[in-house]
Amino acid sequence: MAELKPGSRWASQVCTTEVIVVRSPGGDVDLECGGSTMVPPGEGGPNGAPDAAASEGSQLGKRYVDGDDALEILCTKPGDGSLGVGGTLLGLKEAKPLPASD
Amino acid sequence: MMLLEMAAGGFADRVAVGTRDSGLTFAELFERSGAIADRLRSVDAGHLVLADVSSEALPALLFGASWAGVPFVPLNYRLADAELRTLAGRVSPALAVAEPGAAGRLDGIDGVETVDRAVLWAELATALSADHDWAFDGEDVAVLLFTSGTTGDPKAAVLRQRHLVSYILGSVEFGSAGEEEAALVSVPPYHVAGIAAVLSNAFAGRRLLQLPTFEPNAWIDLVRAEGVTSAMVVPTMLARIVEHLDAEGPGSPGLPTLRALSYGGGRMPQPVVERALELLPDTRFVNAYGLTETSSTVALLGPDEHRAAVASDDPAVRRRLASAGRPMPGIEVSIRDEAGAEAPVGEAGDIWLRGEQVSGEYREQGSRLTDDGWFPTNDGGWLDDEGYLFVTGRIDDVIVKGGQNISPGEIEGVLLRHPAVADAAAIGLPDHEWGERIVVAVATHAGVEASAEELCALVRRELRSNRTPDHVEFVDDLPYGDTGKLLRRVLREQLAHLGDA
Repeated sequence: MAELKPGSRWASQVCTTEVIVVRSPGGDVDLECGGSTMVPPGEGGPNGAPDAAASEGSQLGKRYVDGDDALEILCTKPGDGSLGVGGTLLGLKEAKPLPASD
Repeated sequence: MMLLEMAAGGFADRVAVGTRDSGLTFAELFERSGAIADRLRSVDAGHLVLADVSSEALPALLFGASWAGVPFVPLNYRLADAELRTLAGRVSPALAVAEPGAAGRLDGIDGVETVDRAVLWAELATALSADHDWAFDGEDVAVLLFTSGTTGDPKAAVLRQRHLVSYILGSVEFGSAGEEEAALVSVPPYHVAGIAAVLSNAFAGRRLLQLPTFEPNAWIDLVRAEGVTSAMVVPTMLARIVEHLDAEGPGSPGLPTLRALSYGGGRMPQPVVERALELLPDTRFVNAYGLTETSSTVALLGPDEHRAAVASDDPAVRRRLASAGRPMPGIEVSIRDEAGAEAPVGEAGDIWLRGEQVSGEYREQGSRLTDDGWFPTNDGGWLDDEGYLFVTGRIDDVIVKGGQNISPGEIEGVLLRHPAVADAAAIGLPDHEWGERIVVAVATHAGVEASAEELCALVRRELRSNRTPDHVEFVDDLPYGDTGKLLRRVLREQLAHLGDA
């Protein structure tokens, strides 16, 4: 469990996934990847493998959100583990394509 | 910085900036940015100032500054030396990167170390960074952009990392560009669209091409030679491109590779857009409305909306061609009256904006946001019943001619120094070529005369040539309100016949 400050970066302990927090509900959140708690980059891992239940992988550049959109994270490095919070997998944030304006 | 690291991770070998054959790849851009960050740290620079045209070094300088956690401050290199030096001095201590051969313009400013861009760029190739560590703090100031205020004294708009990142995440899908795509940028680095273009194209994985000095033939040639697929222009540029394509006649090869063309940054004459749509039938047009203080685009009129408007017989739909379209996701628009109350649909008022990309902060003046996050833009406008935003013009009095902001006070100040001039006001009126033309209303003292030529020559001599009035109208007196304030809006109505329809 840790407080997820917007802009803070987290790394998976079981794969190469790294994320940055875009929006956070405040308070302590148990952010996981591959079923294991994520840690600050460079502090442990990657060792082992993701849980079978959380091994769909993370995709570079995609945003992930919890059920009520209170938490939003951006995948900055992809890996084999799926992102989740407290045992529940996060969903992919649907992006509405916009025409390029610059 | 995070955006660049992702791009370097996602498409390392793609060309990030430059020509297909000799451009810099995303991996190389990442290395160069790291080297610039090292350089900034080693001299303890508080800012990275740029007094230079667009170049292949621009993305690395922008990302390198962000990597080192120092604000990137692109200055208008067209300013007179004295103005340029004043602005650079306001952000001391700084490392200033100057246009090749022009480093002398910034020499000897206290706390500012100047380096020639070509020299810096050559050094970087041999000083690549070993340290790839970076931190992200959303509160860090990413960019400072000087904007011309009503007083004529430039204000430094503050864009923090969180504003730019939220703009990019909200408007660009990571890696969404195909490998063949290339974007042509012809706005200078000190324009917010020039900054936004670097960020959005890198995040999309799109190659960036630059045209440092806009010239319509060069622009058209580059689109054809490099297979440019998207471009952003200001209205004056589009008018000149249309003119040149027209001049090519029926045998014109057109611009078949150009899938998307976005325009913004000022009032766009409708005949120009209509002609452009005819000349470029396969190009998707986007009208983007945004301000420096809002991290670029906040509303846009998309390609299908352009074509629908042109094809419609319904005047309400057709006139949307002149609108700025609808707000981007995450942006709220509110039209307020002078007391700050929300105006009904269809009624004009001041445009207020709210959203995570909206900064509304100036370095010395602080934040202009209300307690609940609304930014009064100083632009006037109204919304139609389907939420299309029509921007009627700036509420403050800045004249925008050819994308250049011109403070009326500057011109008035010069005119008022002429012995025959009793009162003077400068306003911008619609101009098909330049967006706005400078019209001055002059009241002379009883019994004395001054010629229009004489007054224009005076302004040209005292200020830069782009401040010269396009028309001088002699009037008996100027309209003033109860509080003694010049009613420019009334004046604009009185002199409307001097502008293009």
